[in-house]
Amino acid sequence: MQELWPYVFIAVAGWLATDFWRWLGVLAGNRLREDSEAFYWVRSVATALVMAVTAKLVVFPTGALEASPLWMRLGAAGLGFAAFLVSGQRVAVGVGVSLVLLAAGLYAIGQ
Amino acid sequence: MLELFCRFRPMVSDKSKTRLYWFLAGMRGLFSLPSLILMTSFVGFSAFALESGIPRSEAVFMTFIVWALPAKMILIGMMTGGASLAACFLAVTLSSVRMMPMVASIVPEMRSKGTPVWLLLLLSHFIAITAWVFASQNIHQVPRPARVAYFAGFGMTLALVNTLIVFLSYGAVSAFPPLVAGVLFFLTPVYFIASIWATARHSVVRIAFVVGIVGGPLFALIEPEFDILYVGIGGGTLAYLFDRYVVRRKRLAAAGEGKA
Repeated sequence: MQELWPYVFIAVAGWLATDFWRWLGVLAGNRLREDSEAFYWVRSVATALVMAVTAKLVVFPTGALEASPLWMRLGAAGLGFAAFLVSGQRVAVGVGVSLVLLAAGLYAIGQ
Repeated sequence: MLELFCRFRPMVSDKSKTRLYWFLAGMRGLFSLPSLILMTSFVGFSAFALESGIPRSEAVFMTFIVWALPAKMILIGMMTGGASLAACFLAVTLSSVRMMPMVASIVPEMRSKGTPVWLLLLLSHFIAITAWVFASQNIHQVPRPARVAYFAGFGMTLALVNTLIVFLSYGAVSAFPPLVAGVLFFLTPVYFIASIWATARHSVVRIAFVVGIVGGPLFALIEPEFDILYVGIGGGTLAYLFDRYVVRRKRLAAAGEGKA
């Protein structure tokens, strides 16, 4: 029984704690029509949430990027996005420019 | 290689194609750029689990049963800190509230008339940020009766393969060199930024995009506990209202003038 405890712990504090919200999402989403105003609102909330999480990865990274300067990360992401817009919204251009700028910056400051 | 950077297009729809065909088409999504980025993140996750003293079997179990990566990072952080079950549950569940609007915004596009609720409940487990981005971009190109099969093929394969990756890479890959690790970490946000903007099919998505990207870091400074919720519910609602009463009204007015 003792060796099963970590799995019970993970199932309750990990699985139930996340899937509970997924199930509520199904029950709520199942009542929405795809072309309704309520659906646009939910889509707006979901997009704002995802972008907030994404922006936090750039501004407050963990691990390897934690020590890198903020201006470098913002510059790499911002110029990459600008290149993406200028290139007619080519995702490859945006991602490529951001990564090359970041890699060059990290190399230059000796990380 | 170039195909990886483009949007992952399912093949042209055809009524004769079976659900199995679309399930397999969904599985092919494993080779899309967002999936490959996620796989490198899971190699990083297994190194993090090892460093934190979580045994391989628990890391593997966690990968499949929790599936959302941020929730797992929080769970490990709390477990190694010796927190109680209730405290862990609370921390993880607060970080996972965002699952609800994410799932709710995919379900209306995914289901068809006869889709049973139990099947949607089962498949909702496979929705996390990567699957949300993938499904938002691709599912509308799949014929409606096959969408559930398509998502099942994608979501289940992605979760199973990443579970296998954690099993295999645990202890084998200690850590990437710092420069490589930094660039790999950066891939996730810059890919989401470009692809979510590129595939927005409604003006409200772009407004919410700007609100989220500015509000996220700002509220993290002001209210770090519930920042994501404030930006999501508050910012998302503001974005919706702005779109409905300013952007769409202007567009309607412009269309009206054009006619007159």
